[in-house]
Amino acid sequence: MPNGIVAGADPHGHGHHPALQHHFQTLDQQHEASTLGMWVFLVTEVMFFGGLLMAYLLYRVWYPEAWAEGSLDLDIRLGGFNTVVLIASSLTMALAVRAAQTGAQRATVRWLLATMVLGVTFLGVKVIEYAEKFELHHVPGANFVYEGPHGRQVEIFFSLYFGLTGLHALHMIIGVGLLSVITWMASRGRFSTEWYTPVEISGLYWHFVDIVWIFLFPLLYLVDRAHHFA
Amino acid sequence: MTTIVIPRVNYLNVKTTVASWLLTRDHKRIGVMYLVVVALAFFLGSVFAAGVRIELTTPEGDFVSADTYNRLFTMHAVFMVFFVLIPVVPAILGNFVMPLMIGAKDVAFPTLNLLSWYVFVTGFLFTIAALALGGVDTGWTFYTPYSSNVSESNVLLAGIGIFITGFSSILTGLNFMVTIHRMRAPGMTWFRLPLFVWALYATSLVMILGTPVVAITVGMVALERAFGFGIFDPRLGGDPVLFQHLFWFYSHPAVYIMILPPMGVISEVIACFSRKNVFGYSFVAFSSLAIAVFGFLVWAHHLFVAGISPYSAMVFSFLSFAVAIPSAVKTFNWTATLYKGAIWWRAPLMWVFGFLGLFLVGGLTGLFLASLGLDVHLHDTYFVVAHFHYIMVGGAIMGFFAGLHFWWPKMTGRMYSDGLATVAALLVFVGFNLTFFPQFILGYLGMPRRYHVYPEEFQVLNVLSSSGASVLAIGYSLVAIYLVYSLFRGERAGANPWLATGLEWKTESPPLPHNFPETPIVNEGAYEYSKREVKVA
Amino acid sequence: MLPGIPLFPEQASTLAPEVDNLYFFVTAVTAFFALLVVVLVLIFAIKYRDRTGERVGAPITGSIPLELGWTIVPFFIAMAIFGWATLVFFHIVRAPDQTLEVYSTGKRWMWRFQHIEGQGEINELHVPLGRPVKVIFTSEDVLHAIYIPAFRVKADAIPGRYSSIWFTPTRAGEYHLFCAEYCGTKHSGMIGRVVVMEPNDYQAWLSGGGGLSMQARGEQLFQQFGCASCHLPDGSGRGPSLAGKYRSEESLANGTTVTVDDTYIRESVLTPQMRLVAGYQPVMPTFQGQVNEEGLMSLIEYIKSLPSTRQTAAAPAAAAVAAAPGAPR
Repeated sequence: MPNGIVAGADPHGHGHHPALQHHFQTLDQQHEASTLGMWVFLVTEVMFFGGLLMAYLLYRVWYPEAWAEGSLDLDIRLGGFNTVVLIASSLTMALAVRAAQTGAQRATVRWLLATMVLGVTFLGVKVIEYAEKFELHHVPGANFVYEGPHGRQVEIFFSLYFGLTGLHALHMIIGVGLLSVITWMASRGRFSTEWYTPVEISGLYWHFVDIVWIFLFPLLYLVDRAHHFA
Repeated sequence: MTTIVIPRVNYLNVKTTVASWLLTRDHKRIGVMYLVVVALAFFLGSVFAAGVRIELTTPEGDFVSADTYNRLFTMHAVFMVFFVLIPVVPAILGNFVMPLMIGAKDVAFPTLNLLSWYVFVTGFLFTIAALALGGVDTGWTFYTPYSSNVSESNVLLAGIGIFITGFSSILTGLNFMVTIHRMRAPGMTWFRLPLFVWALYATSLVMILGTPVVAITVGMVALERAFGFGIFDPRLGGDPVLFQHLFWFYSHPAVYIMILPPMGVISEVIACFSRKNVFGYSFVAFSSLAIAVFGFLVWAHHLFVAGISPYSAMVFSFLSFAVAIPSAVKTFNWTATLYKGAIWWRAPLMWVFGFLGLFLVGGLTGLFLASLGLDVHLHDTYFVVAHFHYIMVGGAIMGFFAGLHFWWPKMTGRMYSDGLATVAALLVFVGFNLTFFPQFILGYLGMPRRYHVYPEEFQVLNVLSSSGASVLAIGYSLVAIYLVYSLFRGERAGANPWLATGLEWKTESPPLPHNFPETPIVNEGAYEYSKREVKVA
Repeated sequence: MLPGIPLFPEQASTLAPEVDNLYFFVTAVTAFFALLVVVLVLIFAIKYRDRTGERVGAPITGSIPLELGWTIVPFFIAMAIFGWATLVFFHIVRAPDQTLEVYSTGKRWMWRFQHIEGQGEINELHVPLGRPVKVIFTSEDVLHAIYIPAFRVKADAIPGRYSSIWFTPTRAGEYHLFCAEYCGTKHSGMIGRVVVMEPNDYQAWLSGGGGLSMQARGEQLFQQFGCASCHLPDGSGRGPSLAGKYRSEESLANGTTVTVDDTYIRESVLTPQMRLVAGYQPVMPTFQGQVNEEGLMSLIEYIKSLPSTRQTAAAPAAAAVAAAPGAPR
């Protein structure tokens, strides 16, 4: 067994793809590892939201009236608009990944930018909604005011509303941050048909955050609408 | 002895600046860096334990005030659970040897691995800050509504610390899982993997699925404290017991994060020092997975007297008995591995024997607590305290020391005194039993846990327990002394001082920066001792 | 009184020997397995010791029959323990029908006990020998737990819910009462004693205190808060009749049903609109802040005592619907 190798030298020598990290054998292995890593990460995210959703489920079963009341106080138009925005952003994200796959650098950047704009729009609308809740004293805590027979339980509803949407918004902010790095990398021509893993796994993340919203919207905004608008 | 080749360049001396450590992405260095932080946390946790044991030598609360006492046992548990027991084997030994064992150059995401360490340290610093500002008095379980509405201690800071540390655990689990899936050397099939790797795989599963839940649960308590949200607040109709469900959904599996990796260590060490295949390799491997999966289905056995329905208690009791079976299977297989071995009595094996004795008691007393009729009486008494110390200290810490003694020559390139290590193992074993066995009796007598003052008739057993703790302290100090000494004066270890199989012994000690001169190719199982001619180096 | 080193707790209830027999059985089984493994490990370690470190062990990789054996045998043993322990557990949680009831409230850091006859006591509980006693309790602040080691019973006190323990004392004497769920600074000071008295002494003790019985106190509150003006016994008031409603099934405005138990009555006083009985308007005001936990327990005791004078027409057929989910526990 040869003992010792020269430190600092490229342990594998010779002309690998610039994106290949030293501890991987091939670009394929690196790609598979990254994708698997992101999927595993998303599993942890499911469990993360799962804790809050468990609390949501329990209290919804216990306090259906409070849930219906609290839900009616949410602005369904803003929530609905945001749902459309996020679905559209999933489309643009998918198109960005597709563009990266085919090596269309400018299209990649364009679609990534579009995705970010939609993401920021979503966050902007969320700020409007939060501001309204704040003015109405619907933010749980010492200043919470809610008239009605189920006021206390409605406070639990709003606690979970802010918990869930706040956590989701935090994921959106991280997502937009992530995409700005990816966009910058794309604009510098770092990706090719051979290697576009970062675009792909950012896409996985973005779609996941969208899907979370697809669950949150009906769970929070549409609890008992049928009775009131049917 | 033939001459031992000391690698000219190894992971320790390739660069020696502080920055080269703080910015390293080498899994071996990161493992060593965890060792430093965990050792510090272990020291802190031990100091608090000493405070608790001193207080309990007399029935009156005369050493510290009730408030201080509550903070002492809480901080003892917070440091020991989140900063010692959970990371001790996976983050230190797992990081160091797992990539070597599977013939990889590093883990799949080396930068993320370094980030995990920084996240861990950040969480540690938050917890230290909570401590510096006076500590926390809720007990490590943070039960609501005391933690969310009543306690005036630094619950928020400690909660943030634990929340952050959780992510270190999640990211480590993710990294290990991907590494084991994607980074194995050619020929390293699943059933040639060393059992320590299997154990780490099962552990990663628990880390990935469980830790996020406790993170969000602690997060909800933090929201209650910081902004007055009400999720567990009974005044709003919230359910304080929901917290317990969510907390134990993680914290029970967390016990398996603590014990599965040491179990993996035990398999390695037993195989090496009895020069045999691990008896029933695939049963041992799958029992790890079984424990990881069943471990998620037993959380409510912490709630048998918390007002859950007797029928759900029955189901959880049944499942708790079921989860005992894979642990029993492991124990029988380890015993059978010794049969007709060529057993070489070396210090790591002595620690393994200690583990077996203590883990047996810890595991079997778990049956008492899984028994519904007994748990009503035993719940929240010293019986529980004794039981989980037997598992966590007797199991996890003994297992860690077995592994540390086993791989120390690999990590440092130096040997320690085998005689002193054997004495230390014995001291810890005796001291531990003296400390915790009386607590089983105290528990059945009915002494509740977390009691600052207690009725006089419990004093004798408590004094016995405290005296045992001092023996334990001597044992641990001895380990620290001879290991540190070995760093400077220890004999050179050579690549394979134990004549073990396993890829980690095929590279130099300490290993090269990128582990192997060239990627190894594997063509046999992990413990083919009997196929090899073993000769003394 | 320092009786040397106790190694085993006193047995002072009918449950204690049941629990202890199980304990001895589990101890015997586990001790057997622990010794078995320890002895085997020691024998193997000594018999097969190799001082050189050079030899190799026998080429044994495993044995399917052995694996199956030591999976299945422990499983059946575990199931035996499980079965026995579950039986004992159901004895512990299922109180007999006729019990002497005592109400209790835990708050940091004391226990108050309220006897139905009116006696109140703090950190002390007097009970008669040989009669099943049921303690119904809740907490005013954080979690607590009532634990009487000599009786082998324990249950958590949870704010907003009622828990209970029951026991039949078998030996006169004084026994420890502990709070077993950590509740903050003076958790270890939240202790007291249970005094088991001969029935005659107990009667004497009861009559010594005086004070209103819980039922009378509840009736007083019932009048004082004006409950009686709406909850007319014949069901014609603005609220449903309460006569004979305890333990009955009631259908609710939201379409579900509920068993009228302690927790539901408590909830209805504090948050009347939460689960409204079908057919009534949400007009009842809350009594949150006006009535304390003891007052609530007295009201419950009073409502329990109201006889079912006649079958009121208000009892709807829907009550027959199978097992209602019950109150949020």
